Amino acid sequence: MMNEGSELSVTIAQIVQRLKGTHLHSQLEKQAKECLHRPEIRLESIKEDVRKFLRATGWERKLQNAVYRELHILPPSGHPEAPLEHTKEPLAYMRKAQASWEKRILKSLNSMCTELGVPLARKRPVLEQKELTSKWNEMGADEPDLSKFRPVYAPKDFLEVLINLKNPNHDHSDGLTARSHWGLIPISLSVRDVPQLREAYPELSLSCSQLGIDDHAHVPPDLFESEHIRIGKKVVDEQDSAAAQQYSRQGSPTGLRAQLWALILNITNDPEDVAHYEQLKAAVIHHDLLVDNLIYKDVKLTASNDDYYFVFEDVLYQVLLCFSRDTAVLEHFSYNSATPPKSYIQGKTGEEEFAVVYPPNVPLLPCQMGIVCRLGVIPFHGFSMYVAPLCFLYNEPCKLYSVFREMYVRYFFRLHSISSSPSGIVSLCLQFERLLQIHLPQLFFHLQEIMAQPLRIAFKWMVRAFSGYLSTDQLLLLWDRILGYDSLELVAVLAAAVFAFRAENLMEVTSLASAEAVLADLSTLKVMPLLQIFLFANVI
Amino acid sequence: MTGNPVDCTVKSPVALKIGDAVSDLFCPGVYITDIVLGEPENIQEISFKNYYTAYLTVCVLKREGGTADSPVKWATCVRNHCLMANPHTEGGSQDYFSIYRQQMLTEPDNVTTVRLIQRQPSSVWLSFAIEDIKIYSAAHEDSERDVPSWLSTITPVEEPLDLNGLPDPHAVSSSIQQMWALTEVMQSSQTTASVGRFDVDGCYDINLLSYT
Repeated sequence: MMNEGSELSVTIAQIVQRLKGTHLHSQLEKQAKECLHRPEIRLESIKEDVRKFLRATGWERKLQNAVYRELHILPPSGHPEAPLEHTKEPLAYMRKAQASWEKRILKSLNSMCTELGVPLARKRPVLEQKELTSKWNEMGADEPDLSKFRPVYAPKDFLEVLINLKNPNHDHSDGLTARSHWGLIPISLSVRDVPQLREAYPELSLSCSQLGIDDHAHVPPDLFESEHIRIGKKVVDEQDSAAAQQYSRQGSPTGLRAQLWALILNITNDPEDVAHYEQLKAAVIHHDLLVDNLIYKDVKLTASNDDYYFVFEDVLYQVLLCFSRDTAVLEHFSYNSATPPKSYIQGKTGEEEFAVVYPPNVPLLPCQMGIVCRLGVIPFHGFSMYVAPLCFLYNEPCKLYSVFREMYVRYFFRLHSISSSPSGIVSLCLQFERLLQIHLPQLFFHLQEIMAQPLRIAFKWMVRAFSGYLSTDQLLLLWDRILGYDSLELVAVLAAAVFAFRAENLMEVTSLASAEAVLADLSTLKVMPLLQIFLFANVI
Repeated sequence: MTGNPVDCTVKSPVALKIGDAVSDLFCPGVYITDIVLGEPENIQEISFKNYYTAYLTVCVLKREGGTADSPVKWATCVRNHCLMANPHTEGGSQDYFSIYRQQMLTEPDNVTTVRLIQRQPSSVWLSFAIEDIKIYSAAHEDSERDVPSWLSTITPVEEPLDLNGLPDPHAVSSSIQQMWALTEVMQSSQTTASVGRFDVDGCYDINLLSYT
């Protein structure tokens, strides 16, 4: 019987399989071998003594952190009968919707490619390679002609796709009912309401101190802040991933945040990672991808125009260009139902051996006939904003890259793919609407009447996890909690809390434009008080 | 999963209704699906794919004695097994499930027919069903197949060695360990001073013999 015992064995076996052959594995073996000639290791109890040694020197902790990371990204174990696609995404109509959305993107990219006469990928001539290497650190200075390029899609296009999601088994025969007219998302996913959220996020409650509230200038630091920082230093010294995650739920002090996030995401910055980054950099220099132009355009349109992030323009190029060539990102497709589209060497459509993945988040096959790609991750308008806030924390491109990649693979990818996951964008949209409907029904009704559906305004915030809308210190406090609770749910709760905060003004407006104007500037908002009041101070 | 599923015929689901009135607006909330087995089996597992059924009750028709003439009796194996935690939302709606012998209230032995009673109280869904039903028999009692076979290859069991007159490997390796530790110590404390006995001006060439 598939009881807990055998499920655990399967999970253990899977994790062992994944960790075998990693750098950590070889380091552990090396350490174990080297410790054998230490006097305290005796042959009779060799296993125990080696284990004790590994524990004392901190290697066991590193292994624990690695296992913890694997547990985070391991997909739920499916039923033996279930095909792989079902384990990634159980609902058939969602898989179909994701597939057709991807086809649309692919078509759009292909048509851009033919219209502009730019190849999807090409090998750079040697002169160009030299030039790029010399100005690697100031790519923002050169302005290629990007006027012909346009972003493949914007968040509002994606919202239309979500609104048109249909479950074929959903009963619409009631015609125009309150349910069909009340919100935009027609899917019945299970989302949590405020009493359940209160239980899930106890560390945010009124009786619990946290950064973002209790570190305010008026509050003496002895009350909470100093002690919290002291504990934070201890967590960093212990190098414990799980402790760091728990700690982050009450916020990370600015001075420790970079180390804490790296700990939570298990970014070890091994020579292996540095070498990988250098390899990607070499790939950028050797080949030019169409997607690169999209990245340039996106950075120019969004991050460069932002008061907080324009200084990081060059670093953003370095990270994003490498990201589009990283094969390890494709690994995440094993638990994302999105399938990276492929392309074929010109003229050989359909023959598998001539298929390659594009943008590589895969190594390129240089070929005289033209290069092909499987659509790995296509950046949309605003994609660079996922990276921009991280630039405040990390200044080495290699570490910044590793942190961004891990965050993308754990959280951000769910914000622009269609799935039934509780952290997926569909659930977040539904949760946002439900929270408003239940707790601010008058506001919701009023906004609907004036044709200003709340989701149309809040969607762009949620897709970017509020990056670029909140001020950076507040955004980082929000992302602390996302990492701490390993879920994007708070993004939806915050969106509802913002509406609740501006409810009075919103009740006065009479058009979509004025509603958007009321909610245009979020940079003065303080995130933690909003969340706390919405979750714990509202009368249910 | 023990081996291949047994042969069975799945009849089409019958909706339960009260009275004879049939109208277009009628949406049943209960379906009964009968599965007739080719011959009486001892059931180990029933696996299926759900399609929006919220609760499942499984009844079996057992043959009391061993012979073909013995009386048959219905028994409930699983009552209101929850497939969807919230009947109004998607959780569990299209998942694969298995019901094992150990979960059943009575021993499903000598079973000729399995009856699945599916309930979906929510009005949100147009229809509901159970698909891909497979029944596995418990014929091979000693097979330990509750763990996938590839799992057993991950940690192979070591067999005891046949020594054939050779000394015990553990004793040998413990004495070797001493020697090895010594060599490691030697290696790590090598000096750069040469042995020096046969050098003449740093040269080992013995063409030159010293007269003094």
